[in-house]
Amino acid sequence: MYDVNAVRAQFPVFQRKVNGKPLVYLDSTATSQKPLAVIEAMDEFYLRYNSNVHRGIHTLSEEATAAYEGARERIARFINARSSREVIYTRNTTEAINLVAYAWGRANLKPGDAVLITEMEHHSNIVPWQILRDLVDIELRVVPVTDDGYLDMEALDRLLDERVKLVSITHMSNVLGTINPVEEIARKAHAVGALILVDGAQSVPHLPVDVQALDIDFLAFSGHKMCGPTGIGVLWGREEILEAMPPFMGGGDMIRRVTLERSTWADLPHKFEAGTPAIAEAIGLGAAVDFLSSLGMANVRQHEIEITAYALEALSEVPRLRLFGPRNPHHKGGVMAFTLGAVHAHDVAAVLDREGIAVRAGHHCAQPLMQRYGVVATTRASFYLYTTFEEVDCLVEALHKVEEVFA
Amino acid sequence: MDDFYREYILDHYKNPRNYGTLENPDISYEEDNPVCGDRVRIDIKLEDDRIADIRFQGEGCAISQASASILTEMVKGKSLEEVRQLSKEDLLEQLGISLGPVRIKCALLSLKVLKAGVYGIRGWPGEEDHA
Repeated sequence: MYDVNAVRAQFPVFQRKVNGKPLVYLDSTATSQKPLAVIEAMDEFYLRYNSNVHRGIHTLSEEATAAYEGARERIARFINARSSREVIYTRNTTEAINLVAYAWGRANLKPGDAVLITEMEHHSNIVPWQILRDLVDIELRVVPVTDDGYLDMEALDRLLDERVKLVSITHMSNVLGTINPVEEIARKAHAVGALILVDGAQSVPHLPVDVQALDIDFLAFSGHKMCGPTGIGVLWGREEILEAMPPFMGGGDMIRRVTLERSTWADLPHKFEAGTPAIAEAIGLGAAVDFLSSLGMANVRQHEIEITAYALEALSEVPRLRLFGPRNPHHKGGVMAFTLGAVHAHDVAAVLDREGIAVRAGHHCAQPLMQRYGVVATTRASFYLYTTFEEVDCLVEALHKVEEVFA
Repeated sequence: MDDFYREYILDHYKNPRNYGTLENPDISYEEDNPVCGDRVRIDIKLEDDRIADIRFQGEGCAISQASASILTEMVKGKSLEEVRQLSKEDLLEQLGISLGPVRIKCALLSLKVLKAGVYGIRGWPGEEDHA
């Protein structure tokens, strides 16, 4: 039995009040809150064994390296990677996608090749490909979304031909919540000889994600959306693809031997990790993965399905509320993007903040999706493993207040 | 509800003053804030370097639209020199609410449009203060 109150008790931030009200944090899609175990793991590093990793022949450096690489092992197990050599530390999802665009894209794509994305991508899975397109003269193809927030799979079938070398697609939309059929899309991509990159920024924190079962080629995700710190993310890639790729950035730690004429590269994963990394943050992400594993990702997902089902029903009774995305809680994550009559999203969010409720208002880094649905901004409430039914009630009650203020 | 959405702001939002456009305006300028989609257009009719008539049109949050309505009332009949002297503090004081760094841009959009229209000043009023 999933005990949400026992889970909440591990997050110190829930002790605080906002504007005199208990904090109702419904902005986990932007960044999640952090359990004490993650904060303490990072504190412990700085308080007891702060040191640079690799090559240090002293106790502190050996301890730091063991913790840093130990976190990588646990992250690899968390997504069922074949080996921790496939886990590259990055700053975040954005950097992970850019790594693929620069290192893999520039080496492997030639004019006339195509990259296939979708209309529901975050800017971080659009802009790197636009930059690459302008550099290499590739074609950027876009799968549209349907009115009810699903990918148009017939269009995907039409757009996916032999010229497509990479399909780069979000696993879960950060606006609609839609969970895309990644396994099926991976099969289709491979059938035409394309690779598939999955933007897991929203899925890895909320669903069991198994890179071998999905049979994908790259997975990008961020630590801070999964109870970990900011400044650390992951690119997972299939080992043989990573082996064949040139490095991303040059510098310390990513080399084997350097002369003034030329250099050779370190083995995976260090080939892609130039410079002193975010050590405390990697250790923090390792602690976050331990925390999530102790809860069990299937339990986390089940809790969010229940909260989402409850919220879908409760929000349907708010007058003039227009919800975007699928209505089936099994098809979406706990993300509710909506408009409320003609009231601007900023006004909705400002009134909710007065009630202690944190939501996001704006375009959510998905301007093309906003254009698709003909809105400039939406209000977005999002749920996580610590969200309660009572918090959904608070949201609905506050939305009625918005109606009163702006009626 | 506290003063953030006090009656004065809501009244200007729901019943905007000087709303609409002017035929053959001497000055017409429009600007938007792409981050949140707030948009304000101001039309001005001049007589002897004074604002004889002014209209605004726009869409966006209550703060941005109420601020535009209030601003038109503040400057109607004023000379261009007086408009030049008008500071962001003057407008914020008239609004009578304290705003964070994001929402302050909503409040100052109309002043930006007014100054850009009148003087071709393109920067956000007071940008240098919290850059």
